[in-house]
Amino acid sequence: MNLTTLIALAGLGLSGLLCLVRLARGPTLANRIIALDTILIVIITGIAVAAARSGESSFLDVMVVAALLGFTGTVTVARTIESKKAK
Amino acid sequence: MREILASILLLSGVAFVLLAGIGLQRFPDVFARMHAATKAATLGLLLVLAGTALQLSSPGDVAKLVLVAGLMFVTAPVGAHMVGRAAYRAGNELSPETSVDELADKLAAEAKGDRTVEPGTD
Repeated sequence: MNLTTLIALAGLGLSGLLCLVRLARGPTLANRIIALDTILIVIITGIAVAAARSGESSFLDVMVVAALLGFTGTVTVARTIESKKAK
Repeated sequence: MREILASILLLSGVAFVLLAGIGLQRFPDVFARMHAATKAATLGLLLVLAGTALQLSSPGDVAKLVLVAGLMFVTAPVGAHMVGRAAYRAGNELSPETSVDELADKLAAEAKGDRTVEPGTD
């Protein structure tokens, strides 16, 4: 289980890095929202893997809050770019 | 046995999340990237949550994991739909390989004031 979760965390780190590159490169705001959304999913997945690794369950509440906040953020920015009609 | 099953679920879930990251880099336009990011990442998250639930297995923890899975399954499609709609209307360009763009005709008709096309139903 220890080796498995280590490999899993490494994979998640790589995935998060790829998302960060897309976040930096853009080219439009919509691309960046998608990248941020995926980073949030990577974070939630990482918390789950860490909980499985340590058997420590106190971070599970953070996952619930992160899932809710991520949705709120995505919807807010989507509405903003729609009303702004960028470019 | 239980541990092996949990490991398989965790690793396959992480593989899907990694695929989402790769898709975010490799696909040509916003809409294709969104396809990779939302679907693959949500499936990967669900698999990882199932693996964690097998590993932790106390009822309170499993309840929280189920809650997160339910929230993601309800909110991810809605969020992706809103981002896609906003991205199209904000003028994000489609990849040159796109062959059909049905929404363009509808929006053009709407802009001309043709009310046979219901606004806001697309």
